[in-house]
Amino acid sequence: MTWLWNNLGLVLGLTADHARLSAIPILVGFAASLPLGWFASRFPAARAILLSVFGILFTIPSLALFVSLPAVLGTRILDDANVIVALSIYAIAMMLRGATDAFSSVSNDVLQSATAVGYASASRFWTVQLPLAGPVLLATLRVVSVSTVSLLSVAALIGKGGLGYLFTNGYQRDFPEEIIIGIVFTLLIALVFDLILVTIGRILLPWSRRDPRAARSGLNSLIGSFRHSSAGPGA
Amino acid sequence: MIEFRSVSKTFAGGTLAVDDFNLQLQAHKVTVLVGSSGSGKTTLLRMINRMVDPTSGTIEIDGDDISRVEPVRLRRGIGYVMQNSGLLPHRRVIDNIATVPRLTGVPKERAHERALELMDVVGLDRALARRYPNQLSGGQQQRVGVARGLAVDPNILLMDEPFGAVDPIVRSDLQQEVLRIQRELAKTIVFVTHDIDEAFLLGDQVVILETGGRIVQKGTPEEILAAPANDFVASFIGADRGKRRLTASSARAKGDDRVLIDAGGYPVGVISAPAGKLAVGDASPKSRSISNKTDQAGDA
Repeated sequence: MTWLWNNLGLVLGLTADHARLSAIPILVGFAASLPLGWFASRFPAARAILLSVFGILFTIPSLALFVSLPAVLGTRILDDANVIVALSIYAIAMMLRGATDAFSSVSNDVLQSATAVGYASASRFWTVQLPLAGPVLLATLRVVSVSTVSLLSVAALIGKGGLGYLFTNGYQRDFPEEIIIGIVFTLLIALVFDLILVTIGRILLPWSRRDPRAARSGLNSLIGSFRHSSAGPGA
Repeated sequence: MIEFRSVSKTFAGGTLAVDDFNLQLQAHKVTVLVGSSGSGKTTLLRMINRMVDPTSGTIEIDGDDISRVEPVRLRRGIGYVMQNSGLLPHRRVIDNIATVPRLTGVPKERAHERALELMDVVGLDRALARRYPNQLSGGQQQRVGVARGLAVDPNILLMDEPFGAVDPIVRSDLQQEVLRIQRELAKTIVFVTHDIDEAFLLGDQVVILETGGRIVQKGTPEEILAAPANDFVASFIGADRGKRRLTASSARAKGDDRVLIDAGGYPVGVISAPAGKLAVGDASPKSRSISNKTDQAGDA
């Protein structure tokens, strides 16, 4: 514990870095997977292509992606952009399948009836289809959030891993306390992110807690994503 | 008045759903389109609010060709009630009912006030207003569906097998409710069903359809019962199985009332008549047997 107090500035700085570097890819992944997922749910051919492409991207080992992106993007090795782009690709890959399922899961009866009573197609998407896809989107986003926070640590090997620095440094110095503190603070970030997401869900989707069907499909997607992500690039 | 003129519809893939369909639907009356699946009845209904556009032919509402009306605007002026209610699961009952007025820009408070009134009209307790649809029973959801259909006070109400998924007792309640609402509001209702008893109960005009939207017979329930046009109609309405040929049996109910039996000898009800005025058949009620199974299946 003394080590923590003596190095509190360092740990908090790394925590802030870690939160920032993982929050951006989570948001990018969510934002990008909405149009892609909608598109994939609408057109079976697009679904097949998009899911395969991101499936393949997802199998690239994270470290390989971190070190090769500067060459691809023309960035410098220590730029935040490398880590953010790499984690965004993984976030989209994890989010896309869930987003596709989320849009497909909205009952066709409901969409038909919305059209029948006079929703124009844009307002039908924003006020009917998107909110109804919400529970499954949220469940997937929670998995993406946790995975991204943990995956970022790997980037410590290229000097941009936030709290991951404590793992590499603690390992080199054979100093377990530093590693444990890194784990604890990583967990805290993941928990806080999850809490934020759940709270947003409660506010935006008050109806879903009362709908046993939505809860079930959300859970299924969550389990599906776990299976999917465990087959992906390990840290 | 709604009028179909030589309307045909071929779906992508070549299925001919409706072939040269002509029909006038009277204003302020209930027209029931009845037929088995594949008879094109739902397609015909959906043409009225342009959910489906005809391949050829025209549909007119009060003399105006609807193909010249923008679909979204047209739909907002026509009530629509469907099976499984089609309610928005993420909106409270009151917001579901107020959906269309809100879409057309009615202020929230006024739309909600009107929604509460409509809950009274369809026989829903106002206490349910803040619930979500999945917190209601199937019958209550259908009532919300009807209230939503009435929300803009449309002249036309389209009902697509609205009571197909609720149990028989609730269905019977809802049918009576439709009859009551119709007595009060006199809408032009187009009702689609595969249940001939429902068609006879609700329809001022009943249109019996065969594959491809071919009209086999149309008329009042009385006209169709009195003179089925052909074997198909006779079979469809159950006349060929003796379901519609009723006789007063010798078995007495209360006082001078007699038990009514159909041609198969099965009791179907009680008829009251002054003594001596009722011609009594010689058959007495039979107990139900296996051979009656087809009759029951036909009612389901």
